[in-house]
Amino acid sequence: MSSYKLTYTRFSEQSILIQWPEKIDPKILKDLLRYKENILKYSKDTIQVINTYNALLLAYNTFELDYKNEIERLKSLRNKVIASKPLQSKLWKIPVCYDVKYGLDLEALAAAKNCSIAELIQWHTEAVYKVYFIGFLPGFLYLGGLDNRLIMPRRQRPRPHVLKGAVGIGGEQTGIYPNASPGGWNIIGNSPITFFDPESEHPCFANAGDSIQFVAIDLVGHAAIIERIKNGNYKLESEVYDG
Amino acid sequence: MMVEVLKTGLYDSIQDLGRFGYQHLGVPSSGVMDQYAASLANSILGNQDHAAVLEFTVLAPTLKFHIATAICITGMQSYPKLNGVAIENNSVTHIKQQDVLTFGQRVLGCRGYIAVLGGFQSPNIMGSRSMCQHITQQQRLTKNDQLDILAQPLVDNHSNAHVKTPISHFETDKLHVFKGVEFGKLSKSQQQVLVQQEFTVSKDSNRMAYPLEGVLDNSLQSIITGPVLPGTVQFTPAGQVIILMRDCQTTGGYPRILQLTEMAINQLSQKTPGEKFTFKIAH
Repeated sequence: MSSYKLTYTRFSEQSILIQWPEKIDPKILKDLLRYKENILKYSKDTIQVINTYNALLLAYNTFELDYKNEIERLKSLRNKVIASKPLQSKLWKIPVCYDVKYGLDLEALAAAKNCSIAELIQWHTEAVYKVYFIGFLPGFLYLGGLDNRLIMPRRQRPRPHVLKGAVGIGGEQTGIYPNASPGGWNIIGNSPITFFDPESEHPCFANAGDSIQFVAIDLVGHAAIIERIKNGNYKLESEVYDG
Repeated sequence: MMVEVLKTGLYDSIQDLGRFGYQHLGVPSSGVMDQYAASLANSILGNQDHAAVLEFTVLAPTLKFHIATAICITGMQSYPKLNGVAIENNSVTHIKQQDVLTFGQRVLGCRGYIAVLGGFQSPNIMGSRSMCQHITQQQRLTKNDQLDILAQPLVDNHSNAHVKTPISHFETDKLHVFKGVEFGKLSKSQQQVLVQQEFTVSKDSNRMAYPLEGVLDNSLQSIITGPVLPGTVQFTPAGQVIILMRDCQTTGGYPRILQLTEMAINQLSQKTPGEKFTFKIAH
């Protein structure tokens, strides 16, 4: 069992916040996801649990939340963590086309880093990224693990329109825009994959705790995957992974 | 089986009590901005609490009914008329085929609700009919839209129901709040300013957020991204105070200094740009 000191606070009339130390750390993520699993297992469906880097927000679909008793109940579930087995997570292979047609800021980034575009792509595809949580936009994955050499401040002027599937770097973060939206990140490529489908039973394939790796594809490969997704015969590759 | 939008208001959408159980995927809660007013309309009609209603903002739409039904209007007060004849808020109005519902000038409030028998039947996505960007194909109503409703007889014993909404629901200048997660990180003087200062609703207010006018001194740094909810009050590094509303994101990186009570969210939903209020900390 971990020795993290947790704080429990009433967040609103209908929610409770549990916080870990304010750090971005895969070990904290693992600990809080196991706790989240336990809470969901031993609670009714009137509760939903949202996690971020170092917090669980428990939102209750009821007006009558006795938060003091509920916090005691939650604390008792914390001890059950010892007995539960480690969560199984997946490694997803995400195809990304790093052609300059999509990678609008590749040349500027290479110039700023004094390296070649090929090196940028190598650094971006070698890393294995941890999915910490999903937020900001539906299906937007908060990823940890960007190569230090790729850290780049956000653009001075955000673009009013970034394509669905755009892959970007913003400060120490990298991520994929699940839908077309305004955006200030440096755009280095585009993934043909659907990251959020509201009509699907599983709207987002990835879960917090999973890992992802980017796989470089060319323009032809990108177009082919879009076509296969349209025809319903594309399946994203994944493997069981305990990273 | 439908209601036709002859003219839109400023921002009209179909909303119910919102989505629950999908926020871990980054899906906003959505749902009616003023749950108190919308629930009142459904209850007067004898609808279930989660029946979808039409929400309008500042300016009401003009609707034509192609089906007999009954409606109840609550929230913003704006001289509703059926075929040119005045009708009342907070009561049941019987509707015949070809009836036209219009509104006059706004008197009070910001958001109005039109409930119909059985509720509007917009597509049910993730357990809710609430319209929302990236979730439903349609985000707001447009002219000539045809809205499906159920053919359903009115249960008679509700037809005389009339409930008054207290005027304070629209006009209160005190919003009840809890201390937010990062409230304790503010200096004593910042904490005092926060509860003494009069705040003004800005013109950029919408279903996602109510940014307040002006800036306060702020020495707080951003936090690592954490959970937020409708009613969370954020404090930006530039000193702006922003109150998140029903369509807000699920996570954010600004310090969370206060949290509105559920009723305060409803009351704020009825405030238009320029209106002033203070925060009152509840315990």
